[in-house]
Amino acid sequence: MLRSKFQNSFHKNIAQIVSLLSNICYLRRVVRRRGWSRFSNRPKAKLKAALCVTCLIDQFYPEVGEAVVKVLRGQGVDVSFPEDQTCCGQIAFNGGFRNDAADVAQHFMDLFENEEHVVVPSGSCTSMIKIYYQELFKDDPEQLERAKAIAEKTYEFSDFLVNVVGQSDVGASSYGLITYHDACHLLRELGISKEPRELIGNVDGVEIQEMHDSDSCCGFGGLFSVKFPDISAAILEEKIKNIIDSGAGTLVANDCGCLMQIRGAMQRKNLNVRAVHIAELLAEGE
Amino acid sequence: MAQVKTAEFKKISKQAIKNEKLQHSLDHVMEHFVSARSSIIDQDIGAENWELLRTRAASIKQSTIENLDYYLDLVDKNVRRNGGYVHFANDANEANQIVLDIAKRNEVKTVIKSKSMVSEEMGINEVLEKAGIEPVETDLGEYIIQLAGETPFHIIAPAMHKTKEEVSDLFQDWLKTAPTQDIKRLCIYARDALREKFATAEMGISGANFVVAETGTVCLVTNEGNGRMTTSAPRVHVVLAGMEKIVPAIEDLALFLRLLPRSATGQRITSYNTFASGPRNQSDEDGPEEFHLVIVDNGRMNLLKDEEMREALRCIRCGACLNHCPVYKKIGGHAYGWVYSGPIGAIVTPPMTNMKVASDLPYASTLCGTCRDVCPVKIDIPKLLLHLRHKVAEGSSSERGSAWMERLFIGQWHKTVRNRKSLERRVKLARIFLKPISRNGKIKKLRAPMVSGWTNSRDFPALAPKSFGDIWKSSLSGNNGNRNQ
Repeated sequence: MLRSKFQNSFHKNIAQIVSLLSNICYLRRVVRRRGWSRFSNRPKAKLKAALCVTCLIDQFYPEVGEAVVKVLRGQGVDVSFPEDQTCCGQIAFNGGFRNDAADVAQHFMDLFENEEHVVVPSGSCTSMIKIYYQELFKDDPEQLERAKAIAEKTYEFSDFLVNVVGQSDVGASSYGLITYHDACHLLRELGISKEPRELIGNVDGVEIQEMHDSDSCCGFGGLFSVKFPDISAAILEEKIKNIIDSGAGTLVANDCGCLMQIRGAMQRKNLNVRAVHIAELLAEGE
Repeated sequence: MAQVKTAEFKKISKQAIKNEKLQHSLDHVMEHFVSARSSIIDQDIGAENWELLRTRAASIKQSTIENLDYYLDLVDKNVRRNGGYVHFANDANEANQIVLDIAKRNEVKTVIKSKSMVSEEMGINEVLEKAGIEPVETDLGEYIIQLAGETPFHIIAPAMHKTKEEVSDLFQDWLKTAPTQDIKRLCIYARDALREKFATAEMGISGANFVVAETGTVCLVTNEGNGRMTTSAPRVHVVLAGMEKIVPAIEDLALFLRLLPRSATGQRITSYNTFASGPRNQSDEDGPEEFHLVIVDNGRMNLLKDEEMREALRCIRCGACLNHCPVYKKIGGHAYGWVYSGPIGAIVTPPMTNMKVASDLPYASTLCGTCRDVCPVKIDIPKLLLHLRHKVAEGSSSERGSAWMERLFIGQWHKTVRNRKSLERRVKLARIFLKPISRNGKIKKLRAPMVSGWTNSRDFPALAPKSFGDIWKSSLSGNNGNRNQ
């Protein structure tokens, strides 16, 4: 009698413990899924990102690099900058000079291959690293392996924020109508178009106004704009017209190549539209 | 063979950009093709299914090309079984000679032609004229440019650059018709002139959109009906086909005839789909008495033997890559200097003709990738452009172009970025040189020889006083975790 009573209560206890545990597990899953990290008692390991700042930002637009660092750190990302970096090699690769490109690409891989994540504030350089390194090294199995490994952990800036950090609202605020230019490689090599729009849309005080043909090329094309300046300028003319027609006061793009081209024409024509990198917008008003 | 004038690429493209009338036609026609294509795909196929169709078409064409020897045999066997003749021509001269021999044997005085890009490669009109035979283009666009003595401006819309006023003038000169701005009336003039030729010509020359190996059938896709007249009215029908035109089975046309008109003109189906399988049978009331299929190589082997370039032979000549190309939309077709223009022209012209002469073409692209996304047979055009640029820059002596500007620029670039120290040293030097011409963070006029064109229409940014690397070292490193800095 006594024994059976004891057994009964023992079973009850076990059942209660099990249900309690499963509830805890469920709650933790919910907490994690909804990103309520401040409720979770275990401190989250900090995401680490090595910044490949790109040669254009490094030498022409360092303020964009600063904005990238500010935004990433604002999201608690541990940002590092391998100081010996120079260039990803795209310009030589696109010119057909694969020997020179391979040399510079190997320098890049030496610097970045032990990093946890590589973040690049340019769709074009990201696609060079993620996609075209594998084309560049297709006949060199050893380098090809390294290129594949580095492709896995390389992210364009907005892709990293939304899909790795898991944050599409960085708490920035700005003003007015914003129109977004889809940089070719970001859109068509990497398939990224919704992330930047999400990030911009969540900036306090702004509204997105899509331009006609936001996905058409601005005519930059790297060396193309130097070799065929007239064709490049004619293509740019149409982009500028679409930007102006959108009525937006700010143009945002994720690539400083496009911005160099678009800003160059805005300045020359004294147009009152500012052209900024997405990181600059996201670093505003914090 | 048609002459290759690619060396004048820069000159002709500049003229095209400055020509306002031409820019207007380009804007108008390209916009029409682009929107017609995308709305027809959205309406009745949907993006997802379109992707499946493209993938299927690419794999059928690729496997046909990979096994071309087998399929060429099959075509040969089946066309002959149908009572036709098959000829193989290594180059344009051989192909021209074959056609000329057929014409002479049949005492031909007039040839009617339906649209054929291969015949443009061959320059056959000139050859026929020299032999005293009158060639008459019967596709309206081709007819117009034949009268004007020009080459096609676009793969599927050869006379799209001509205004109705220009056409009226041409007709007035050649057909002695009254001037008119009415397009319908102009069509009637052309129709009247061509009817007579259709009725009297002894030989018809057509191209081929597809050659079905299994049945020996040639398929033509047209909107004007002239293709059907060309293949049925004259006593002799000669088909000119590039050797990549083969599809294995008649069912495959169900797929390709969905892809081609939608990609090209944004039509569900063209007004005429013509199938010609050899000469007339005894029981047939009409049709040609003789049927010849001339399969032309003319440089295609250069594409086939290069494993990377091979996929360019999947092309079904729809012109979608032209319609969507930011470069083509500004410069049109004549700058490309040969028969094929736009992105597809940029990848097939150098290997098919002369790498050295056409070495500008692979560089005449921003690599924006739109062409690859709209290609119905998924040719990775940017990748092939990069492959050709590699050949121009570092290929064998027969392939290597001058590309002197790139060579010089990249050489200096490489010396600069091989490590951080030399980068910093050279940038420091550049800052000193550029300082006198930099104002408010921009440069209005670059005077160096290669780069001066850049600042004709836009400012160039000045080098930043401190690079990001410097800023990082002085104030950003070691600040991690400090969210309020």
